[in-house]
Amino acid sequence: MSHSPSNRLFVATRKGLFTLERAAAGWKIAQTAFLGDPLSIVHIDPAGRIYAALDLGHFGNKLQRSTDGGATWEERAAPAYPEKPADVDDRDANGKSIPWKLQKIWALADAGTDQATESLWCGTLPGGLFRSDDGGATWQLNRPLWDKPERKGWFGGGYDWPGIHSVCVDPRNAQRVLIAISCGGVWLTEDGGASWRAHADGMRAEYMPPERAYDPNIQDPHIMVASREHPDALWVQHHNGIFRSTDGAASWQEIKDIPRSGFGFAAAVHPRDPETAWFVPAIKDEKRIPVDGQLVVLRTRDGGASFEVLDRGLPQSDAYDLIYRHSLDIDASGDRLAFGSTTGSLWITEDQGDSWTSLSTHLPPIYCVRFAA
Amino acid sequence: MPQVIFTSALERHLSCPPQEVGGSTVREVLDGAFATNPGVRTYVLDEQGALRKHMTVFVDGDAVRDRDGLSEGVKPDSQIYVMQALSGG
Repeated sequence: MSHSPSNRLFVATRKGLFTLERAAAGWKIAQTAFLGDPLSIVHIDPAGRIYAALDLGHFGNKLQRSTDGGATWEERAAPAYPEKPADVDDRDANGKSIPWKLQKIWALADAGTDQATESLWCGTLPGGLFRSDDGGATWQLNRPLWDKPERKGWFGGGYDWPGIHSVCVDPRNAQRVLIAISCGGVWLTEDGGASWRAHADGMRAEYMPPERAYDPNIQDPHIMVASREHPDALWVQHHNGIFRSTDGAASWQEIKDIPRSGFGFAAAVHPRDPETAWFVPAIKDEKRIPVDGQLVVLRTRDGGASFEVLDRGLPQSDAYDLIYRHSLDIDASGDRLAFGSTTGSLWITEDQGDSWTSLSTHLPPIYCVRFAA
Repeated sequence: MPQVIFTSALERHLSCPPQEVGGSTVREVLDGAFATNPGVRTYVLDEQGALRKHMTVFVDGDAVRDRDGLSEGVKPDSQIYVMQALSGG
């Protein structure tokens, strides 16, 4: 696997897709696309194809693909839910009738591990997982997961409907896939999606009555990330804390004594050192702003036993940036990280977070940040 | 034949000039328009064939109320406007 640093960064926002490139003089916006249109996710596959999910307010969710580095785009199909049979009464945990209609494209991941793969997993609201084996020309809803009776125990967190926001495909064996759902916990397939089991043992939910606190099916992982070369090492930024697994999600351990706040949305893990991970804390739940108006990044190098508070280059007064769940990324080298905020600020580090450089303070609200390989 | 006119906001995403299409209901006329210009369908209707939440259709000035079935009748000289609701930011 390449360990080369990435010189290209994609930033999906409420008002378009921005491509930044690193030149001799530093990082600059090199290209824009879909100006004025809301995006939800951008994904770059191993061959460098770029997938951009648009969430057009009036016209629905669309999927666009570029095979020339973003110079030109072609519309692909968006995942489509099947018709709900007339005799099916599909209601969520709160008794609301679940629409069998795509509400949002919330995760894209390569379903194959070879360089040429055009197979994709797509996580969506209201809780369906889709697969395409032709680069998004056609999609199939994964029925084994959708038909699980436990799905009716899921509910929305922040949105009206539950959503799959994280898809981690095991690079050693693409049949093994972990997904995370707000709010539906973590689920594992070891047979390419033919069967699924809940795998959130050890997670704890403060927002539930005590007798339901450890129920795996109602956990709210905000994001789940796996170390690229140690895929059994997983980190979850959860609604009420940070959790870690070292055994491929068989068990989860809650991280204690987190400085500033255990609340947040984003997480990143080093591709080769699974003990090293980053988070961006915020005041929990009702406020969702940086503690004391100081924007910081938390870094652990010892598997969560301790954290450093990284603030060099980040605003330390009157900062009200919130970092959404897909808006922090790490490159293949493990040295470069970038994150973007709800108030349109974008920062990058090339030294694992020791120091940060502001790339913009006036982009549209940022929903997803991804390095190119 | 009834005439279908699409909101100019759609032109930003794909070409959709006005069309004259036969049919006696909104559904029939729109299906006819989409048969000629298939890319437009998913921008106006969701995957279950219902009008998207923030879209509206007017037949001779009256908003369609059967948003799932699109069963309202149209006359041979009707004008059908496919518009977007006023929302955004």
